[in-house]
Amino acid sequence: MKIDNNQLLRFTTAGSVDDGKSTLIGRLLYDSKSIFEDQIEAIANTSKKKGFDGIDLALFTDGLRDEREQGITIDVAYRYFTTPKRKFIIADTPGHIQYTRNMVTGASTANVAIILIDARHGVIEQTKRHAFIASLLHIPHVIVCINKMDLVGYKEENFNKITKEFEEFSSKMLTKDFRFIPISALHGDNVVNRSENMPWYLGAPLLHTLETLHISSDINKVDARFPVQTVLRPQREGFYDYRAYAGRLASGILRIGDKVTIMPSGFTSTIKGIEGPSGKLEEAIAPLSISIELTDDIDVSRGDMIVRSNNMPEAAQDIEVMLCWLGDADARPRAKYTIMHTSNEQKAMIKEVVYKIDINTLGRKSDEKELQMNDICKVKIRTTKPLMIDSYRENRNTGSIILIDDSTNETVAAGMIV
Amino acid sequence: MSQYFLNYLDELESEAIYVLREVQAQFQNPVILFSGGKDSIVVTHLAKKAFYPSQIPFAFMHVDTGHNFPETIKFRDDLIKSLEARLIVGSVQTAIDEGRVVEEKGKSATRNALQITTLLDAIADNKVDCAIGGGRRDEEKARAKERFFSHRDDFGQWDPKNQRPELWNLFNGKYFEGEHFRVFPISNWTEMDVWNYIKKEQIEVPSLYLAHDREVVWRNNSWIPNSEFLVLDAKEKVEIKKVRFRTLGDITITGGIESEADTLDKIVTEVSAMKMTERGNRSDDKRSETAMEDRKKQGYF
Repeated sequence: MKIDNNQLLRFTTAGSVDDGKSTLIGRLLYDSKSIFEDQIEAIANTSKKKGFDGIDLALFTDGLRDEREQGITIDVAYRYFTTPKRKFIIADTPGHIQYTRNMVTGASTANVAIILIDARHGVIEQTKRHAFIASLLHIPHVIVCINKMDLVGYKEENFNKITKEFEEFSSKMLTKDFRFIPISALHGDNVVNRSENMPWYLGAPLLHTLETLHISSDINKVDARFPVQTVLRPQREGFYDYRAYAGRLASGILRIGDKVTIMPSGFTSTIKGIEGPSGKLEEAIAPLSISIELTDDIDVSRGDMIVRSNNMPEAAQDIEVMLCWLGDADARPRAKYTIMHTSNEQKAMIKEVVYKIDINTLGRKSDEKELQMNDICKVKIRTTKPLMIDSYRENRNTGSIILIDDSTNETVAAGMIV
Repeated sequence: MSQYFLNYLDELESEAIYVLREVQAQFQNPVILFSGGKDSIVVTHLAKKAFYPSQIPFAFMHVDTGHNFPETIKFRDDLIKSLEARLIVGSVQTAIDEGRVVEEKGKSATRNALQITTLLDAIADNKVDCAIGGGRRDEEKARAKERFFSHRDDFGQWDPKNQRPELWNLFNGKYFEGEHFRVFPISNWTEMDVWNYIKKEQIEVPSLYLAHDREVVWRNNSWIPNSEFLVLDAKEKVEIKKVRFRTLGDITITGGIESEADTLDKIVTEVSAMKMTERGNRSDDKRSETAMEDRKKQGYF
């Protein structure tokens, strides 16, 4: 298999409990021949025991013992498959309302969200919630799969009605790329192979869509942001004067000779050398892991950010964030948390809850101030030292934060800088 | 550079390097769990790149069951020597001798489960706060739910229902005294990715991965290598076959496959046409539907 130019596409799947999400993933893996014979054999045995006619594709994604016993998904599971065009990583997230935090987790790195709708039920509250989270996490592409078309006689009018409903409520969302595909995951219509039952659908099947979406612009290639992870100072022969700053380019492109500013100190310098994973480079592009040498000997350490002097992020201590609360315990008013932003770590306090979002109506509730698990709120945060921020809409890597509760060390919140 | 995106192997490589640098920055005393298998070899190769031209800032830890392929131990010692690294060996034999663990009895007895105690002892004795492993999410269904930064309580246990959410590339490596982390830099790699990478980078791997003539016994649908530890029953007979191994575990339980693939190119071709999962030849995973999950919860790799 030729791999030279194949890209990596990460997608997440969201659906309500019985929308057929596991069956769809099983179908994608099965029809793209990504499942091994011993796995098929094991699943076929279990399917027979359960009295299933043929192979229950949903069983491919069953993971932990509790999930197998209860027939539900508890935590995000990652699956992999490769076609001659791309490598895919699926973040398979549970759909129940109490698992909003898992969906946010799966969505945080996704290029694409697949939202499943049961063709018999149309757009329901959960659908809106899934679309909203996809929009909030700024997933660049959303594919709405209208599933179980076999149960509505593969009729075009059902598909059109649901598409229209979806278009109506989603026009306020930030997502710019919504696509709609009528499928039957159970029978394989329009998943990998084109459906013969729906000749009226002229678009591409799901897999072809995933293989051809334009994703190389999903990461910001304009604003060069280089958060320093660690400093390399090899104390050995040939390298006694060597000092380089190691990190992963969060966005943009850096070249030898670029005039750069080190934030927050404000010192300026010039890029002298770039070392990539396979040797010296003239230029580096996000998300490459590199190390950088500067022409000047200045103090740079973990948490600093190297940027082009003519394109700098904002250094801010007061930031507005869309916060998704993930912790079991409620947020404590005016309590201090550790905030992680790129490689920078500071203390932070939630100063104010501006409003809470009603996840079902998508309306704002400005009178509710407490933060509980799965709540999504706009908050004002004050940090002890400045963070070098961009808005999340412009830059997912420099616009995202997490909060850690020092008393438990748990990650209690995920935030997107407004 | 005329192409302004990374191909998937470059992206996986950069992701793993990023994770390894986070480990160095966030932990006091990390080690690489080194089994001599291809995954830990790839992690070691990535660690070399992550800190070049500095040396790898981690010690290496090997849990030695005493039931090794001799080739693995030689490979381990040569590599450690060339890296000028420190090697910590946790010995299952010592744990048995000291009465810390009791060896399984019977024909299919293995020392697999005994490794857990030895590993956790070695982690505690050496005050290790992060053990870097070559685990991949595609290997097994319980591993599909594993985080990059996986928290272990003060008993070394994994609680799959209470994992820290892991968002974007922000890894929370905070722990209390006595707890530790397992970190898996190549979580997102598949067996195919690992071989493609080994081929691309021309990484040296133990000769066991390449097809070779070996004395073997047919057991549990695979070719188990003959060794001093193997107890044969009346019907089993030793044969010579051309085999190679897809994974390397204890010599007593690691089944080989018949193969003609004696070069990296041929292995890549063979793996891409494989019809069985790589752990399909590992009898330790076959004991029950949730064998891996049960061992992981107790502190397995």
